[in-house]
Amino acid sequence: MILNPKLFEEVEKTPTRDGYGKGVLKAGKTNKNIVVLSADLAESTRSHWFAEAFPKRFIEVGVAEQNMMGAAAGLALSGKIPFVSSYAVFSPGRSWDHLRVAVCYTNANVKIIGAHAGISVGPDGATHQALEDIAITRVLPNLVVEVPCDALEAEKTTLAIIKRKGPCYLRLGREKTPVITTNKTPFKIGKAEVFREGRDVSIIACGSMVYEALLAAQQLAKEGIDCEVVNNHSIKPIDEKTILKTARKTGRVVTAEEHQVFGGMGSAVAEVLAQHPTRIEFVGMLDCFGESGKPSELMAKYKMDSKAIIKAVHKILQ
Amino acid sequence: MKELMLTANKIRQDVIEMLVEAGSGHSAGPLGMADVFTALYFNHARINPKKPWDENRDRIVLSNGHICPVWYATLAERGFFPVRELKTLRKINSRLQGHPHARELPGIENSGGPLGQGCNIGVGMALAGKMDKKNWRVYALLSDGELNEGCDWEAFMLAAKYELDNLCFIIDRNNIQIEGPSDKVMPLEPLKKKLESFNLHVIEVNGNDFKQVLNALEKAGKTKGMPTAIIAKTTPGKGVSFMENDYKWHGKPPNKEEAEKALKELRRQRTELL
Ligand SMILES: Cc1ncc(C[n+]2csc(CCOP(=O)(O)OP(=O)(O)O)c2C)c(N)n1
Ligand SMILES: [Mg+2]
Repeated sequence: MILNPKLFEEVEKTPTRDGYGKGVLKAGKTNKNIVVLSADLAESTRSHWFAEAFPKRFIEVGVAEQNMMGAAAGLALSGKIPFVSSYAVFSPGRSWDHLRVAVCYTNANVKIIGAHAGISVGPDGATHQALEDIAITRVLPNLVVEVPCDALEAEKTTLAIIKRKGPCYLRLGREKTPVITTNKTPFKIGKAEVFREGRDVSIIACGSMVYEALLAAQQLAKEGIDCEVVNNHSIKPIDEKTILKTARKTGRVVTAEEHQVFGGMGSAVAEVLAQHPTRIEFVGMLDCFGESGKPSELMAKYKMDSKAIIKAVHKILQ
Repeated sequence: MKELMLTANKIRQDVIEMLVEAGSGHSAGPLGMADVFTALYFNHARINPKKPWDENRDRIVLSNGHICPVWYATLAERGFFPVRELKTLRKINSRLQGHPHARELPGIENSGGPLGQGCNIGVGMALAGKMDKKNWRVYALLSDGELNEGCDWEAFMLAAKYELDNLCFIIDRNNIQIEGPSDKVMPLEPLKKKLESFNLHVIEVNGNDFKQVLNALEKAGKTKGMPTAIIAKTTPGKGVSFMENDYKWHGKPPNKEEAEKALKELRRQRTELL
């Protein structure tokens, strides 16, 4: 797999929200149907780059996520490609009913940007840490759910969801995270990618945990444990083929995500693996709320880092 | 009055010290609302720091949870918990969460952060008070940006329907929110007329003037048959000249230098009061 050659050296770090901001700006230049909506969070979602370039196609709705989601459905039904941008806790959090009916049931061409997802939001605390958004989106029919592993993949995803008709949810992080992929790394909605080949255990991760998984695999290699690492960015549609293939190969799966274990990406993998019963360990939030703190402190305390993955691999090998 | 002004000044100093130590958080709202918090906790409301959960206490809920540094500082200065704990704001394993966690600290009545929820919770408390024929009152603190949310207006209708005269909304009308001046992000005017048409008793005051705030609270207590909404016009960043009326201070803390400058100004204001 073609990955950033400097992965374990001085790797460049960029937040995934920047990837979205760049992507939607780029697409907006050629596609005049793209419209961006913000609920008083244009700058921190990076929608403001688009807003500055195309003020006439930017709509500031004020702090009103439900209205924003419904209005986006109306825009989509009238030929526009609206991007609805806020923090994931508020949208799809507060706006979920509008997402369910006005957008998904209608199959309206709305793109939902959930920024500041995960516990790495840090000091703002539990209220602002979306750890449930994968669960509440992946249950919705017609909705595509994407969790990019780095800023470059976020940019590719932004462009890909514009090409794909219908509702799409894009989950983004606040913190700067390593750029793992390159322009040459393959990307397709619905296709998981094997980022590292291995024989002993498969680590299936998404979002910020993909890098943690690669770190864990590198560490484990020193102990003679050979891990396969899969970037499972497409939560829905999920890539059953790749998941089944890696599970058959290693016979042991560790899933890792910055999200509740209940209902999250790992649960989606477990649903697939019910066809081929496999031992699974889940790394993620263990049915509790987060708290304020530095992102790295929280990732360690709530066991969502490379150490937690290494522990899970050891456990599954016992 | 002078006593209250000195207290508010101390609370503002606490807020600056907390924010610079935390390295993140909101500056403008907390500074602007320090006088309203002081008026409630040091004069008007029936609360007892020794018995924070006394059944007969007045309930003070905060709907715009991001301004919680001023809530924490007020509670600490009033004796609900040690002032030294203020420095743990936003740090790991602290009771002072970046956005409030209900009952984690004495006096914190509600969880908040997602704007508007405190407004709904306040109505629920007032309904319960009425059902049980209690004479404690509910003060629900809101912000102008938060009035963009539909759920606030749902709460106003519910409060008016049940004639909740034991409930007083206090709206921080500072005309800023994240992306700019509130009236630009989402025009609210004519706010007084809107609220009146929702059958609320509306009083407009300068929220940085103790006399006006206390008068309004008094009047709210005497109003029968309908809830009151006090529109408290405040100066965001009040007391720190370089923060005042600048929306860019909505969501950032001062750095070390700025904090020093701010504290100097606040200390000078204190000596001028003495
Ligand atoms: C439901 C919800 N949506 C968005 C946010 C993000 N947010 C935090 S504060 C804020 C602006 C609120 O305006 P206001 O309370 O008037 O801000 P202040 O006067 O304190 O600067 C926004 C949009 C939020 N906390 N809750
Ligand atoms: Mg405001």
